[in-house]
Amino acid sequence: MRREQRPWFLIAPGVIALAFLVVPLLALATNTPWSAFGDIVSSPAAREALRLSFVTSLSATAIALVLGIPLAFILARELLPATRLWRALVIVPLLLPPVVSGVALLAAFGRRSFVGGLLYDSFGFQFPFSTWGVVLAEAFVAMPFLIITLEGAFRSLARDVEEAASVDGAGPWTIFSRITMPLVAPSLLAGTMLCWARAIGEFGATITFAGNLEGSTQTMPLAVYTALESDRDTAIALAIVLLVVAVAILVALRGSYLPRRIQAEARG
Amino acid sequence: MRHRGTRTGALACAILVSFTISPSHAVTLVADTPNPTVRALPATEITVAAASSLTSVFPLIGRAFSKRYPNIKIRFTFAGSNALIEQVRAGAPVDVIATASEVTMTMALGDGLIGRPLLFAKNSMAIVMPAGNPGRVRSIQDLADPMRKVAVCADRVPCGTATVELLAKNKVRITPVTKELDVRDVLGKVLADEVDAGIVYVTDIRAAGMNATSVLIPAAYNVTTTYPIATVKESRHSKVAQAFVDYVRFSTSGQGLLRAWGFSRPW
Repeated sequence: MRREQRPWFLIAPGVIALAFLVVPLLALATNTPWSAFGDIVSSPAAREALRLSFVTSLSATAIALVLGIPLAFILARELLPATRLWRALVIVPLLLPPVVSGVALLAAFGRRSFVGGLLYDSFGFQFPFSTWGVVLAEAFVAMPFLIITLEGAFRSLARDVEEAASVDGAGPWTIFSRITMPLVAPSLLAGTMLCWARAIGEFGATITFAGNLEGSTQTMPLAVYTALESDRDTAIALAIVLLVVAVAILVALRGSYLPRRIQAEARG
Repeated sequence: MRHRGTRTGALACAILVSFTISPSHAVTLVADTPNPTVRALPATEITVAAASSLTSVFPLIGRAFSKRYPNIKIRFTFAGSNALIEQVRAGAPVDVIATASEVTMTMALGDGLIGRPLLFAKNSMAIVMPAGNPGRVRSIQDLADPMRKVAVCADRVPCGTATVELLAKNKVRITPVTKELDVRDVLGKVLADEVDAGIVYVTDIRAAGMNATSVLIPAAYNVTTTYPIATVKESRHSKVAQAFVDYVRFSTSGQGLLRAWGFSRPW
């Protein structure tokens, strides 16, 4: 075995970064009231908030997939005029403070807006204070993560396989579904996970746009913040639950699916 | 020093008032002997953490204070009362804290986080509607109609506790569409016209100005909230912090501004 020189100039700051990211989580865990943990997390309010968090974040991710994959594709292939402009605008929700995103959504879909006004006057439907409002807020802030991840993958894709398929008479749908998407699968998974993670942690846009009510708009992050107003132990316990469940899902996904794929790619 | 004509005399006259609010949470109001060093405050900057409902008036009091003590700068941070206490508990660099809740202040006092609180203002509740009153709300009873969308404060923040009490007193049951963590967010939902009405402090209506209409609740059917202010124990500018506390509670300009913004006297 050849002995490599270790790149200490990377290892040292890398370990600092690791500590920086892990220490607050450990601190949170040591602050957790483990004795009361069971009671707190099995309370109906906590279960309801957890359920709502999953329903809304998964719905938002689904919307992001249905609409975000096509957008990432047309941006990558420059199928629209002024692609650069659109590409820049798609990133804006990442830069906006979430509360500002919430205000923007109110302006676009609130009762006073054109769309929101139409919906309200004809159906009495209102995005704010409904679970749909939460989904909308989460999709707005989370979809850009999927789009930029996937757009990069589409752009860096070598086109020769697609061209060969086209020469052989494959239609655009066959090429896209049989060749392009399988090739970007690792990026699709990474982007989907980023998108979902952002959605499940979403707070500012949700509380600004959709409000805060148990059972309809109070997701876990809002429940944590609400509990913080009165009872720090409950807040921390709820935060831990969200953390553990989210991490478990990420680990499960990566452990079962991603490495094999990446290994397969690496092997060629 | 420049401020010879100060009102320290008035301070000395401030009578000792023992003010019992509820049997369990008594906050005693004591006029401190005026501090002779008050007129020679060292140049510094203090941070005042104040309840959201003080957002409009406190900067004005701060400006008046800074006019009187030009070498003192005051920074304000506004949030829900419980969040403020939580921040102080976590060691936030705050010198003065003013909340809308005697209960939380009494707890903070018990935990040794703050100096003795002084009650400096009183507020009551009102109903606020978007301009034009689209939901045609005319009384607190109208809020019970499930067709009307109502925003309130979350149960456990001070304005929420007051709201619960208010509704019980009027025997009105409502199903709010949202429970905001901050009274200013209730006002925000009203001003955005997303709800037909919100229950806020009387003083918030003034802050909303022409963009809102309101229904006032007669005193007999209303509930009140008193505001305590105190220095933070860990403050490194305790002298200045105490001067600001005294200014808010005792000075004619401090109390005058509070009155102008709709707060009433707690004593």
